[in-house]
Amino acid sequence: MAPLQPPRRKDPLKRTRLPLLPPGQRSRAAHHLTAAAAEGRFALPRCAACGTFHFPVREACPDCLSARIEMVEAPAGATVLSQTTAEVPADNYFRERAPWRVGLVKMDAGPTALVHLHPEGIAGSRVRLALMLDRAGQAVLYAGPEQKGADPMTDPQWREMTADPLHRRVLITDARSFAAPALAKALVAAGAREVRLGLPEAWKPFAAEKLTALPGVSVVPLDLGSERSVADHVRDYGGKTEIVINTADHMRPGGALGGSLTATRDAMEAVVFDPMRLAQALAPAMIGRGADGPTGAAAWVNLLSVHALAPSPALAGWSAAQAAALAWSHSLRADLAQGGVKLLNLFCGPTDSDWFQTWPQPKVGGAAVASAAVSGLKRGLEEMFVGDVAKDIQARLAANPKAVEREMRQG
Amino acid sequence: MARRGYEDVVLTVPVTVPYQRYSVESTAWWAGRALAALAAGAGMSHRDFDGFSFASFSAAPDSAIGLTQHFGLSPRFLDFVPLGGVAGVVSLRRAARAVQMGDADVVACVAAETNGVHTFRYGLENFSRFSQDAVYPYGAGGPNVSFALICQNYMAQTGATREDFGKLCVAMRDNALKNPNALMKKPLTLAQYLEARAIAPPIHLFDCVMPCAGAEAFLVMREATAKAQGLPYAHLLGSIERHNAFAEDPVQMRGGWAKDMPELYAMAGTTPTGIDVVNTYDDYPFVCMMQFEDLGFCKKGEASDFVQAHDFTIAGDFPHNTCGGQLSAGQAGCGGGHMGIVEVLRQVTGQAGPTQVSGAKRGLASGFGMINFDRGLGSGAVILGGEGA
Amino acid sequence: MTNPLTLLVSALGSGVVEVVDLTQTLREDSPTIVLPPEFGASAPVRIERISRYDANGPAWYWNNLSFGEHTGTHFDAPVHWFTGRDLPLNTVDTLPVADMIAPACVIDCSVESADPDFLLTIAHVEAWEAKHGRIPARAWVLMRSDWSKRQGAAYANLRDDGAHTPGPDAAVMRWLVEERGILGFGTETIGTDAGQGGHLTPPYPAHHYLHGAGRYGLQCLAALDRLPPTGAVILAAPLKVHEGSGSPLRVLALIPKEG
Repeated sequence: MAPLQPPRRKDPLKRTRLPLLPPGQRSRAAHHLTAAAAEGRFALPRCAACGTFHFPVREACPDCLSARIEMVEAPAGATVLSQTTAEVPADNYFRERAPWRVGLVKMDAGPTALVHLHPEGIAGSRVRLALMLDRAGQAVLYAGPEQKGADPMTDPQWREMTADPLHRRVLITDARSFAAPALAKALVAAGAREVRLGLPEAWKPFAAEKLTALPGVSVVPLDLGSERSVADHVRDYGGKTEIVINTADHMRPGGALGGSLTATRDAMEAVVFDPMRLAQALAPAMIGRGADGPTGAAAWVNLLSVHALAPSPALAGWSAAQAAALAWSHSLRADLAQGGVKLLNLFCGPTDSDWFQTWPQPKVGGAAVASAAVSGLKRGLEEMFVGDVAKDIQARLAANPKAVEREMRQG
Repeated sequence: MARRGYEDVVLTVPVTVPYQRYSVESTAWWAGRALAALAAGAGMSHRDFDGFSFASFSAAPDSAIGLTQHFGLSPRFLDFVPLGGVAGVVSLRRAARAVQMGDADVVACVAAETNGVHTFRYGLENFSRFSQDAVYPYGAGGPNVSFALICQNYMAQTGATREDFGKLCVAMRDNALKNPNALMKKPLTLAQYLEARAIAPPIHLFDCVMPCAGAEAFLVMREATAKAQGLPYAHLLGSIERHNAFAEDPVQMRGGWAKDMPELYAMAGTTPTGIDVVNTYDDYPFVCMMQFEDLGFCKKGEASDFVQAHDFTIAGDFPHNTCGGQLSAGQAGCGGGHMGIVEVLRQVTGQAGPTQVSGAKRGLASGFGMINFDRGLGSGAVILGGEGA
Repeated sequence: MTNPLTLLVSALGSGVVEVVDLTQTLREDSPTIVLPPEFGASAPVRIERISRYDANGPAWYWNNLSFGEHTGTHFDAPVHWFTGRDLPLNTVDTLPVADMIAPACVIDCSVESADPDFLLTIAHVEAWEAKHGRIPARAWVLMRSDWSKRQGAAYANLRDDGAHTPGPDAAVMRWLVEERGILGFGTETIGTDAGQGGHLTPPYPAHHYLHGAGRYGLQCLAALDRLPPTGAVILAAPLKVHEGSGSPLRVLALIPKEG
């Protein structure tokens, strides 16, 4: 398979292909797979009583009828039993994208499953399984080559399930964010066709030259707080934005009682309302371009704090804003899904920004954020925890959320 | 424990409501035509049917019970078997025991299906949970992709070829040309078969059935009743049914027939060589070959040789799917599982007309159904014996 | 006796008296004062549409406005600075309305203000007085720098050590307030003080002296180049905000027609 080429300019006589989605209906239990796929984990249902893996997700173990089914990290290897290429699938989404390769595999974990199969997979060959979120945002199995080093982007089926920056145009909403330079650099390195950084309050000094020296990087005025500025930006770039990385933030310390309400409102404005304003103007265009070729609109990334999930009493107002942003992001995700556009939330621990200056290490630098964002886009993820503090809080939350609430009192 | 035979239980009045590719009528309309034909054929009122066994995928929101009021039936035995290709065998077995034990006197077994332009798609979307969770999202909606995967493996394991499939399809088309109700009216050559476009290799165009509207039906009653009505009838000599067999096979290589086949022939007091006419479930020609093996007509893995060694036309040495099968007559949803029973009933009672196999006394019909996830789950077979069988 | 306002109306009608708008348009991207982030910051100007003949209001157009008291062309009341905190009538809702109409002396510093760090001194004002006469008490002194002709970054002119914009030095402010009894001081830049005014003694001398004496400030003015050195009358009426320290406002000047 040939590497993905940059898209040609559009034929103005042709209508932009509207997004169709693969079948998105799932049983409630099947969403255990969605949860794993959202984080890029390979987990399968296993009977807690007898230890047998099975697939598809069941309500009772077929070996012992126990109802205690748990999701467990599973070996991702598998052997192809059989393969075919659907030339004329019944479903419109697949019909448009045919031929579509499908295989039957025997998992190392035990069960047999239907999979989206990479181009070279044939009966007898070894494959590596991944739980991916398809364009409908639902978990599916993708069987890729077992050996590393192959370029997955040569497989159009893989591309359908990811939001790789390769040849795409990216908007980073706040050029002044601590993460913006590293993000721009990483996106250029990942092959982004354009990286546009929005500059709020363009009348304030900004050393744009360091960024614009990178190929394809530009800095344009964009004030997410201003309807007019956002609308003007979308007039120019609405049809030229395939990935948004929302870096807007406004962290100010302060407790629930002692903190400044003005600061909290500013945080709400920056973290919640400003991205809403941008999304309302820009996201409809992205949804409409969700199937606009192999480099159509693909993803919206939010740079959030892990305190969206575990509020810090020392950062009460800002934590509340983060939680609001997270809550709203789920609704935005539902709307974006209509166009097959993904929403990735990066939950960061304390960052290398000015406002975490006195916080203890480890902290999350721009490079870590950038590397997570690019990796998450390449794998089509929905949720990533960036930095050791965020991962620690994630694990603690999974174990005992009440404990986390109490522990957060100590900071 | 040895199974008890069906004694004086018989099947009568084979009914096929002629198929249509698409129909604007509802499923209940098709069921109504089938019931009317059964009543006319039996020379009795439909109100005399005290048993009703109904199979359909497209009857929603109704099931069998709503249809009793719809059709003015008042049965004391009621069954709803939306089980696809195995529905016919399941329906017949239950009806036969009900009649044998006196729970009912006359059971109308009806499979009816309509087919609107979008019926097939709606059916796929709501087929089963495993299909919804783990098949349909892979572009494998509809059975073609799933069966392509099974077929590809079957060919690799057994050496079966597309030429084998083609020979079966060409024979079925020959048979269909003699059946005025078959949807396929044009002859098919092996070359045409082989050159057809790929759907999901190794499945090509002529490996696929054509979904259509239609109904199949028959009556189950005691021999004495049939005689009193002056109806030609066939005995149910033997039957088997098995679901989710061989779950341990990574890919389906056999159906439940392989498990129960000895019992089928023992119950019927015959052997594969004692069968005069065979109607296998032909959703795909390789599935026919799997049945030749699993039903004892040849050894496992030798169906290719078997196919090359026999003539499957009506006049051939192994008359098979004499009405043209689903592949050439059409697949009326759940009716596909009844089609073989109805055709074999016609054959062994000498009512098959242009498709009649001369001297057919004993016939076998098999069913196969419900590809829930990665394999067909249900399998069944019956042996019917006409007068002198 | 003739109503003097009849004369004014007639002069306005005949064009003998002209009205000049000294106000910058209140825009979302208007620069505001920049303070270190650990201090509270003024809300920027925000204009959010409620409806524009659409589903939210089929026949009407209107917006929600929000801004800090000290955004756009705005008025500083004495209470704005600590030095004026204890004075009577020191808020925009209580200040005497008679002060809202007053004469203005316009000192042209447009040439000197090419230097962003230009500071107005007593010597400059004395030179102006030598030409145009003594500044009367209760008059506005407006420092014309032509900075309102700049846009965006050039207007704010921020560097890593803060803003660099022209303004008065400490001595001249004290002198204008104490020796000339001016009503207020107005500039075209962001703030009545120079961009680097925080490094003068006392810091922010315009704010310090003006408000400490119950006088007013006007900033972000425009079109001062259209005013004569003397003879203009300023209409500057801030919004009547309860206990307000200032407000954006429309500043008008009445000027006698030239020739």
